[in-house]
Amino acid sequence: MTHYKAPLRDMEFVLNDLLDFPSHYAAMPNGADATPETVTAILEEAGKFAENVLAPLNAVGDSEGCQWNDGKVTTPSGFKEAYAQYVDGGWPALSHDPAYGGQGLPHSLSTVMSELINTANWAWGMYPGLSHGAMNTLSEHGTEEQKQTYLTKLISGQWTGTMCLTEPHCGTDLGMLRTKAEPQADGTYRISGTKIFISAGDHDMAENIVHIVLARLPDAPAGTKGISLFIVPKFRVRADGSCGEANHVSCGSLEHKMGIHGNATCVLNFDGAEGFLIGPENRGLNCMFTFMNSARIGTALQGLAHAEWGFQHSLAYARERLQMRSLSGPKNPDGPADPIIVHADVRRMLMTQKVFAEGHRMLLYFTAKLLDITHHGSEEERKRAEGRLALLTPIAKAFMTETGFESANLGLQCFGGHGYIREWGMEQNVRDSRISTIYEGTTGIQALDLLGRKVLGSQGALLKDFLEEAGAEVQALAGNPAVAQWVPLVGKLAMELGEMTKQIGAKAMANPDEVGAASVDYLMYSGYVVQAYLWLKAAAVAAEKADADESGFYKAKLASANFYFSKILPRTRALKTTIEAGAEPLFALDESAFAYL
Amino acid sequence: MKILVAVKRVLDYNVKARVKADKSGVDLSNVKMSMNPFDEIAVEEALRISEAGKADEVVAVSLGVSQAQETLRTAMAMGADRGILVESDAELQPLAVAKLLKHVIEKEQPDLVLLGKQAIDDDSNQTGQMLAALMDWPQATFASKVEVGEGKAQVTREIDGGLETIEVTLPAVITTDLRLNEPRYAKLPNIMKAKKKPLDVIPVADTGVDVTPRLEVLEVNEPQARSAGIKVSSVDELVDKLKNEAKVI
Ligand SMILES: Cc1cc2nc3c(=O)[nH]c(=O)nc-3n(C[C@H](O)[C@H](O)[C@H](O)COP(=O)(O)OP(=O)(O)OC[C@H]3O[C@@H](n4cnc5c(N)ncnc54)[C@H](O)[C@@H]3O)c2cc1C
Repeated sequence: MTHYKAPLRDMEFVLNDLLDFPSHYAAMPNGADATPETVTAILEEAGKFAENVLAPLNAVGDSEGCQWNDGKVTTPSGFKEAYAQYVDGGWPALSHDPAYGGQGLPHSLSTVMSELINTANWAWGMYPGLSHGAMNTLSEHGTEEQKQTYLTKLISGQWTGTMCLTEPHCGTDLGMLRTKAEPQADGTYRISGTKIFISAGDHDMAENIVHIVLARLPDAPAGTKGISLFIVPKFRVRADGSCGEANHVSCGSLEHKMGIHGNATCVLNFDGAEGFLIGPENRGLNCMFTFMNSARIGTALQGLAHAEWGFQHSLAYARERLQMRSLSGPKNPDGPADPIIVHADVRRMLMTQKVFAEGHRMLLYFTAKLLDITHHGSEEERKRAEGRLALLTPIAKAFMTETGFESANLGLQCFGGHGYIREWGMEQNVRDSRISTIYEGTTGIQALDLLGRKVLGSQGALLKDFLEEAGAEVQALAGNPAVAQWVPLVGKLAMELGEMTKQIGAKAMANPDEVGAASVDYLMYSGYVVQAYLWLKAAAVAAEKADADESGFYKAKLASANFYFSKILPRTRALKTTIEAGAEPLFALDESAFAYL
Repeated sequence: MKILVAVKRVLDYNVKARVKADKSGVDLSNVKMSMNPFDEIAVEEALRISEAGKADEVVAVSLGVSQAQETLRTAMAMGADRGILVESDAELQPLAVAKLLKHVIEKEQPDLVLLGKQAIDDDSNQTGQMLAALMDWPQATFASKVEVGEGKAQVTREIDGGLETIEVTLPAVITTDLRLNEPRYAKLPNIMKAKKKPLDVIPVADTGVDVTPRLEVLEVNEPQARSAGIKVSSVDELVDKLKNEAKVI
């Protein structure tokens, strides 16, 4: 069986050829150390770790899962050791503040590096992934003392973190959450309530866990404006920084779930646990919003991860599995049959996975670069990047995970019946990828965020700015023979997107449900167009380099772009039609008439 | 004690080698290059000796094109203290490499020189032996265990039919085999530190060494594709075929 291979060549293409990260880093205050050679050295080393240590544990994690025993959670064989090795290698510190032990490299490099870690083993990667969420919260909103106590230990990897939002009766609608925080005389708070679905909520990989918990103060206003943010450590921290007695937070049980078995999804009971307020009272959700983009981009990565994993494995299989003859005459005349990669439909499935994996890589790094600029750019650059990111984040999250799941499914299909059988790992890839369209805001919620809040909420300004700038770049390529044929099409789709937006806006004045009705199709349409923009740029760069390159890499890139434009982008035709069909068909039925059972 | 480790930049072991259209050699344009795996083992061993307190400096040396600096940075990211590149755009054959190493050794005066037993590109398996001869030092090739003592090293060698343990007096040349150790992963802080460690580049012309190739490559070809096997129906038929068709017994 093939093993995951770090796709370093394509990563470097996106970083260096397409998005010019070398100049981007050179212009960043903390980018001086991120020279192309260092970036390569880091990615090669992380790639080795991903290939040799994490990838072999992917199937183990699935088959063993996490175990709950008398309140204690154990992770699958090898997870703990791999985590120790990851910590020993200094990887958790990569992009964090040197003042607290971090390596201080750009955030985007951490995103790029985690592509490797997370593709090799998504369930494992979630443990350090959740720590990043906690680290970001503490960096942005923690006091100096909180940073010294908790952030340093998270950055070193000695402790891990969680994000505790969801409760049994509320996931999407956090305004309803009930977990209580009672102020104590000593300035601490007693946290009581039940959180569910908490990823990495308990485990045996680190000596302490720092829970970031959303809870409500006694006199808090109802709804989202009455939520505050707290640090609740699993073990209380002594004055010298060591772990003391257990705090009153316990893992009640583990969820039995469809995929990502290697990651512990916990019910956490807070029974008067000692907590510490982070950020201002009642501003918990606002505090979370400051790194919402980075958290969502972290989940968008899952779409890339499963597309890449499925692609690599199904490609290897399609080259070896002999079945039937090519319709255009035998391609393997000496063998009993042809390898299935000769068949048009198998190629459709492989190419689709390939262009999503490569397209998602472009979109992911593109947004990661914007995220850097929101931290380090000039005032004006920041504002621009923030606007762009506000628009692109829900697209990246939902579009990449939806098509990532589609890709994982196609990867399975390439294996025929064997894909449905456990030992090949393809059905695991499908099951693992399925969660990505749900957590960190479902596709439906991302779509409302995009169309309702971002696009219509800005009176179309965010979209217009992006389309104008990207449009100018696209038009500038019209004279490039390698891509000229696609330029008018991409231009037309961008125009169409603007027009549809106006139409939806107009219809929504009369019926607000028009927004929800259009939203997911609208998001997917936008996703295809944004990726078309990236594929055009990729093709233009590749065309320039193709002749001088004997390896064939750039010619392959051109063929992929061509596939994207001719076989994937036309999906926008159907989406346009369904968007225009509006809300009426969805609301034609009275709720009571949905079924006659 | 000072240890010198020679490291070569070669086509990555994962990459499928392609022969150039004109058959003059293997195509190295735009392909991933890495440290020769046997040399990684040599670096690892040097670091272990140093970490055991038996050496106080590990110097990595490479010979070849300017990009071999990356290979030296890799060695330094693993833990080597500094690097030396003897830079040459010309092809360097084992004898030239051994002479250049001798040049570096005379300057650096190491007590131990570690090299991979061979490089995975040309598989020559000559440099270490030639170097020992040029230096007139003892050599221990194909090491699977190295124990450094006072002025001496005990080396277990992988030989046909088993293992042989010998003792060499230092300074000596040791070449490493696969089973000697498992090279470490470089740690992130060390990758960052490696950028700042000293790396000297010496133009090959400054060494005064004659590096003119002594061997001429006539043609490089892809290995012959394996042809399909056949089933034999009896042991007799097998023996007959081995004798008369394959002519191997
Ligand atoms: C494996 C796993 C790991 C998780 N990890 C964490 C974690 O670490 N921390 C954490 O806090 N949570 C975590 N979650 C919870 C996750 O974020 C929520 O499940 C998710 O936000 C959805 O909430 P819900 O399950 O309550 O669904 P609901 O909110 O009940 O949604 C049900 C359906 O209704 C739709 N819907 C709801 N409101 C609207 C609307 N206004 N318009 C249109 N459609 C709508 C949704 O899209 C969805 O399809 C995890 C969940 C799982 C399964």
